Amino acid sequence: MAAVQDGQLNLEVEKDIKTEITNDGSGNINANSSSPGSTSSGGKSKSPAGSGEDQQTLLAVLQFLKRNKLTESVDILRREAGLSADADDSPVSESAGAGSGGVPSVGADGGDANSLLSRVSIATPVAPPATAPPKVVAASGGEDQPDVNVVLSAYSQQGDPVLYPLYYNGLKKFIESVLDCHRAELSQVFYPLFVHMYLELVYNNHENEAKQFFEKFSGDQECYYEEDLRILSSMSKKEHMKGNETMLDFRTSKFVLRISRDSYQLLKRHLQERQNNQIWNIIQEHLYIDIFDGMPRSKSQIDAMSGSLAGEGKRDANKAKVFYGLLKEPEIEVPLDDEDEEAENEEGKPKKKKPKKDSMGSKSKKQDPNAPQQTRIPLPELKDSDKLDKIMNMKEATKKIRLGPDNLPSICFYSFLNAYQGLTAVDFTDDSSLIAGGFADSTVRVWSVTPKKLRRVKSAADLSNIDKESDDVLERIMDEKTASESKILYGHSGPVYGISFSPDRNYLLSSSEDGTVRLWSLQTFTCLVGYKGHNYPVWDTQFSPYGYYFISGGHDRVARLWATDHYQPLRMFAGHLADITCTLFHPNSNYVATGSADRTIRLWDVLTGNCVRILTGHKGPIHSLAFSPNGKFMASGATDGRVLLWDVGHGLMVGELKGHTDTIYALKFSRDGEILASGSMDNTVKLWDTLKAFDDVELDDFTAATGHIHLPENSQELLLGTYMTKSTPVIHLHFTRRNLLLAAGAYNP
Amino acid sequence: MSYRSLAFELFPFLPPLFVSEEQRLLHVRYEHYTSTMAEERRPKQCTVVLPTESMKAMAESIGVGQLQEESCAALSEEVSYRIKEIAQDALKFMHHGKRCKLTTSDIDYALKLKNVEPLYGFQSQEFIPFRFASGGGRELHFYEEKEVDLSDIINTPLPRVPLDVSLKAHWLSIEGVQPAIPENPPPAPKEQQKTESTEPLKAVKPGQEEEGSTQKGQGATSAEAKGKKDGLMRMKPRSTHELSVEQQLYYKEITEACVGSCEAKRAEALQSIATDPGLYQMLPRFSTFISEGVRVNVVQNNLALLIYLMRMVKALMDNPTLYLEKYLHELIPAVVTCIVSKQLCLRPDVDNHWALRDFAARLMAQSCKTFSTTTNNIQSRITKTFTKVYNNCWLDDKTQWTTRYGCIAGLSELGPDVIKTLILPRLTVEGARIKAVSDGPVVSNIDKIGADHVQNLLLKHCASVIAKACPLPDNVEQYRADYGYLGPMLCSHVVKARAQAALQAQQVNRTTLTITQPRPTLTVSQSGIGGSGGSRTPSIIKVPSSLTLMSTRPGTPTQPSPPATKYIVMATSSGSSSTQQVLWTASIRKISRTLKLSSSAVANSAVDMMKLALMRTATGKGDPELPLDKFSIRNCSPNKCLTEFK
Repeated sequence: MAAVQDGQLNLEVEKDIKTEITNDGSGNINANSSSPGSTSSGGKSKSPAGSGEDQQTLLAVLQFLKRNKLTESVDILRREAGLSADADDSPVSESAGAGSGGVPSVGADGGDANSLLSRVSIATPVAPPATAPPKVVAASGGEDQPDVNVVLSAYSQQGDPVLYPLYYNGLKKFIESVLDCHRAELSQVFYPLFVHMYLELVYNNHENEAKQFFEKFSGDQECYYEEDLRILSSMSKKEHMKGNETMLDFRTSKFVLRISRDSYQLLKRHLQERQNNQIWNIIQEHLYIDIFDGMPRSKSQIDAMSGSLAGEGKRDANKAKVFYGLLKEPEIEVPLDDEDEEAENEEGKPKKKKPKKDSMGSKSKKQDPNAPQQTRIPLPELKDSDKLDKIMNMKEATKKIRLGPDNLPSICFYSFLNAYQGLTAVDFTDDSSLIAGGFADSTVRVWSVTPKKLRRVKSAADLSNIDKESDDVLERIMDEKTASESKILYGHSGPVYGISFSPDRNYLLSSSEDGTVRLWSLQTFTCLVGYKGHNYPVWDTQFSPYGYYFISGGHDRVARLWATDHYQPLRMFAGHLADITCTLFHPNSNYVATGSADRTIRLWDVLTGNCVRILTGHKGPIHSLAFSPNGKFMASGATDGRVLLWDVGHGLMVGELKGHTDTIYALKFSRDGEILASGSMDNTVKLWDTLKAFDDVELDDFTAATGHIHLPENSQELLLGTYMTKSTPVIHLHFTRRNLLLAAGAYNP
Repeated sequence: MSYRSLAFELFPFLPPLFVSEEQRLLHVRYEHYTSTMAEERRPKQCTVVLPTESMKAMAESIGVGQLQEESCAALSEEVSYRIKEIAQDALKFMHHGKRCKLTTSDIDYALKLKNVEPLYGFQSQEFIPFRFASGGGRELHFYEEKEVDLSDIINTPLPRVPLDVSLKAHWLSIEGVQPAIPENPPPAPKEQQKTESTEPLKAVKPGQEEEGSTQKGQGATSAEAKGKKDGLMRMKPRSTHELSVEQQLYYKEITEACVGSCEAKRAEALQSIATDPGLYQMLPRFSTFISEGVRVNVVQNNLALLIYLMRMVKALMDNPTLYLEKYLHELIPAVVTCIVSKQLCLRPDVDNHWALRDFAARLMAQSCKTFSTTTNNIQSRITKTFTKVYNNCWLDDKTQWTTRYGCIAGLSELGPDVIKTLILPRLTVEGARIKAVSDGPVVSNIDKIGADHVQNLLLKHCASVIAKACPLPDNVEQYRADYGYLGPMLCSHVVKARAQAALQAQQVNRTTLTITQPRPTLTVSQSGIGGSGGSRTPSIIKVPSSLTLMSTRPGTPTQPSPPATKYIVMATSSGSSSTQQVLWTASIRKISRTLKLSSSAVANSAVDMMKLALMRTATGKGDPELPLDKFSIRNCSPNKCLTEFK
């Protein structure tokens, strides 16, 4: 295992990605089926002065030719028409198209401009791994230019820069004048419009106009877009647009808005009456308007869901069925009968049922209707040691404290002293016997928090002298001389950002700035494998609850699923528009959740590699995720200091917990799922009543169907306690099997 | 034409500028960032662009002589954009490093993302010591690379080895209640203490610190009760103020050390009082201790103990986590006693009880400044008290000079306005009285000393006020007419004060070049250790176990404590006789090092003072009267000040 260190992809992966592409791409194409007609008609009527309709048609032809790489005819045509106005931007896209192979590969099968765009957008993060670097936005220049230019060429059709503020203002006035119920919905249009108009101005070298436009209208945008606005504002030249990731995101992905049919009709009518084609074009080309029937949403409903880099998730993106139930536990012979059912509880069935259940294990025979098939993805077989561990687990579970609002957990805080601000990641083993810390100085340290010291296995020579038949052979193979409370693992060449114990406590995973994920043996305390594939910092990695599989995600926006015995990833999950900041397995191991700096959470199906949920609502990069033990709910925490609760089955936001004032780096449900603990940079641990939070949500068919949930403002009621630490940011939380809460962080004097 | 590559090429050559600008941008950005969600926003645009002169300077440094203005502008825009881009990436690393402070390594990693060679040589852990210089119409930030004598490095004792990372567990909460142990933060933060004392009946919002937890702990009814009850019937709980065993021990140790005979121990104890965040619980005890102590020792005329007690008051006031408002009714009488008491020591002719009065007066002024509000009116009440006493002694010739001195000192510390309205009108009378003592028949030595002190005090305080208030020219006769006996002396003092003010203003203008940025000294600790363990904090395990504080805390920890600054300034002024030069430079360095920590106002004035003093000593005109003294006395920590007087 230690020998394999290579970073290539196998075909299986590519296949998965392909399906992914088509899935997402098709959505885009459908969405725009209505656009071309109206676009061209708009183009004709708006053309500023002089050339008129002919020129429009000519432009359209030119564009078509360009797209199909018929550069010669483009040139000829242009020469004959004496088109000088167009000279500015067309050469750029042209030369790029001809220059490197970026366009043909995508353009060959894409006739329609929109589908082309969408293909590029999806393909960008994925395509490169097949060749050399796995990232489009690499600084290397040549690689990314073609894509950018294809993308940018959409901006080449331009209006009079002076009119932009007028257009925008006109729309603003209109939206302010409509009925209240529509205003909130239509206001969503402002931000994407603003962005695209600004980018168009910048692209067409109207630097000053762009600046003025920005200054004039940036104040109107919602506050949660401020981050992006700041990035935009720094981008004032066409050259800057090349290689800028945020720009690419805006360009390659359509901004998704959910608008009710009535509101949409209003907008459409207005724009057509006013002949406001500039705006109409942008809406057609860069926005995806997800129209629904029914009542328009209120401002608060909209605000709850918006905030991501590319608008809300499409409704049909969250339609796929998710098997969120838990897998059936294997039957294990347990010394005591009553402990078996404890195990059931431990695995997340609501604890309430415990008193009623006297006959043993009747529940465990039944398959949860929401659970995936037991063999949906192959899971490793249980070893003897695993069974032993399960039995231990059950025994512990019998001593578990039942938590609730009146019965709060005790919190034991592990402070890392003398860490010099270098502690970057922490993990506990499930049985809470070991704690591992990743540090900025590239080391990984493992501590034993029980009296049992950490020992290494003896060297091969010594091992051969051992009597293998003896009963305590497991004890004998350990080298007593190496016993110590902590061990340091050296191997990474950059800060360690993610760390995860395997469930059987034999392995430890660590991901680092150096682009690798490393697997360490906790028997020998050596590195076994370095998984290479991410060429950029890997922000997080996580073992599957059943071991064997693990997920990693990082700066390259691709989450990868690995198996410990494969040096290449089994799946690659591409789709996020910015860094993947945190990763998590669903308790049934069939799904993987990733949080990203694009402020969305995606849920991926491990089997198919498809994205099955896109959850929007956070206003900042997401830094922590947690699944409830029954797999039904998920909690996420972000830099905006809010915890959002999600119903995984419906793909709905079901709660918002406000209270933290800084990034939330740690979230954990108690073993029964009754309490959610959150830990933050603001040096607090907060406990929330999740039972109540989930009970308070009324889900009727309509809300479930449309996803327009009205969130109760009850954070204060749900907050059960706040515990300040002494200048120690909380970066990890863990519930022991007995429901004692462990927290960890580095003391920053 | 692509400036991008050029800009990147330039990077290695513009480290100082690059990094400093970057830090500036980041600073702005991050500050803003933290306040994003909460407040009324106003997108701050990143329109900051590097000045073109910087581009020119950089270009020159790599041998490009004539750079067109246009290319400069284009280049600077490009570079600014790239810097912002990198700064944004660097922030990612900061977030994932789970810090709220951007470090140079973050920027290195961000550069690495962009395939740019990182900047080498900026591994400083804390801040980057750029210096600023201007001249010839140009402004430059530069990184000062000093020549280091190898033998110095070899001969300096090795720094302490940084401690290894270790793990320590404590209970953050036990079944919902946060135990009051040193590992946990003090139960009541200062803000809360303040609201408690100023608005005792204001309901505490649910969900605020430990509100939830205590309720839970008492097994009180759950959420609904919490939600509904709060607004209506919120009684202040009767606290019984039980101290834990540790706290009792701590109290005993501290009080013993404070009034004991060992000066070193006392310094540590005071340091602990001034910095320890967990003293809230013990505050009532300390307050009573002080007030009782003063009561007893005034009667016994025990000057030393009174001084010690005042130093305790000072330390309590310095503690940033304590809000003394609730205990002023005990502390203020004690302090005032030390200001105006007729007799504070056994031998009034020899002992320097004047210093104690001065010191206590300053304490008084400080507490007025801090705690005076429209409701409690401390400032005006104190002023009235002093005036009343003062009036009495004005009427009554027999009042002791000591009391008179105390009143004047107390009033004059309250600020120039008070001096102007209350003291200046009395100068004539006071002068006559002084004259009577000094010129008249010898009454007693004590009276004479007292009169001297009062005279000096009046001159010192009034001169500066008059210098500011009265128009030029200073006419001796006019002064005599206005202020009687003290007139001529006052006049000369005023002239001096004016001269000095002018000089100071000049200095400030001229010396911007010398010390504007902190200048660190190269120590082996940085180069020797390197790596991540670089920042060497002496008190490494600052897990605040109050009990061990006394013995284990090292002398002067690198805490951002104002006392440190003050200490240093004091050290210089005490040594201001002949070995100035060395001392000055050393102290300036110290000060400048601490500058980044202390608040800017104090720091600036300190630097100005130092500059002035430096000029003075350099030119050989040491004038003990000059503002340095004033400054040092005003800002020095009491322990230094008073020990000096003893």
